[in-house]
Amino acid sequence: MGLEAYLKDTGFITTQVNAIIAWARKSSVWPMPMGISCCAIEMMAVGDPKYDIARFGSEVMRFTPRQCDLMIVAGTVTYKMAPVVRKIYDQMPDPKWVIAMGACTSSGGMYRSYSVVQGIDQFLPVDIYLAGCPPRPDNLLHALMMIQDKIGKTKASQFHNIPSDGKSISLPELNVIQKN
Amino acid sequence: MDLKELIPQKLKANFPSVDFEISDYKGELTIKFDKKNVVEICRFLKNDSELQFLLCSDVTAVDWATRKNRFTVVYNIFSLKQNFRLRLKADVDESECSIDSVTSVWRASNFQERETYDMYGIKFNNHPDLRRMYMPEEFEYHPLRKEFPLMGIPGSIPLPKK
Repeated sequence: MGLEAYLKDTGFITTQVNAIIAWARKSSVWPMPMGISCCAIEMMAVGDPKYDIARFGSEVMRFTPRQCDLMIVAGTVTYKMAPVVRKIYDQMPDPKWVIAMGACTSSGGMYRSYSVVQGIDQFLPVDIYLAGCPPRPDNLLHALMMIQDKIGKTKASQFHNIPSDGKSISLPELNVIQKN
Repeated sequence: MDLKELIPQKLKANFPSVDFEISDYKGELTIKFDKKNVVEICRFLKNDSELQFLLCSDVTAVDWATRKNRFTVVYNIFSLKQNFRLRLKADVDESECSIDSVTSVWRASNFQERETYDMYGIKFNNHPDLRRMYMPEEFEYHPLRKEFPLMGIPGSIPLPKK
């Protein structure tokens, strides 16, 4: 049934470029661990051998936003922290996704107070809201699987880098860099 | 001699012109006095060889909302030599919302006074660095005052654009 057995038989497979790019993208989602408070402990548990996020190709928790695809905002975001979270999100390359992990991040949670942002969707585009206080590690894995599902359904042609004013960005060609 | 008798006795002997209001509730001694004497009384309590209140464990305030002297500044101090905790109180009115800083006595009170300033808006005279502790510097309100709404004032702290 496995791919190896199939290849042994025929030697090649036919597929669509979109499908294989989507498969590659969704199987290597690199998370940015934006661990702000107690949800971060559960996020760490996801990395341990019992839950093992490596099964989903997401074990490379990058501590620089420039190498990340997925931001896991784990913890209470205060008004003072909000510009920092936004800045790190802006530093991530497109395409990028956001998980709002836990009650605080999704809605302010039990911190119904002047100092806590009542839901990070006020300043970030959120893909998945993850319930729980804190959510169990398997719950975070489920959110990751939902993100993978979303990435898998997006065609490669839909990932164009379109800025907010609607004009497309002209990127420098490789040979220009070589000339310089 | 019991410290609960010794401390008031010493204070009255050294500051005859100051009115002390002494209360003992649940075994905790509290001494209240006028705010203009706060630095010299604190310095005496720290430097007295028998008492040695070397540790300033907390500075905070109470907002009584409708009372004439609206705020009470509270100092919790501790004597390592005597293993004894003492609470000092001084009233501050809203019209003249300031009290002398005790940072010259205990350097540890620096951050605690900044926090009290941040939360209640009580100014500490002669404080070396009276900035806000928790809230952003451009924030205009003082969150632990009774008139401040629990959910804050909408738009008072800017969020980044979506």
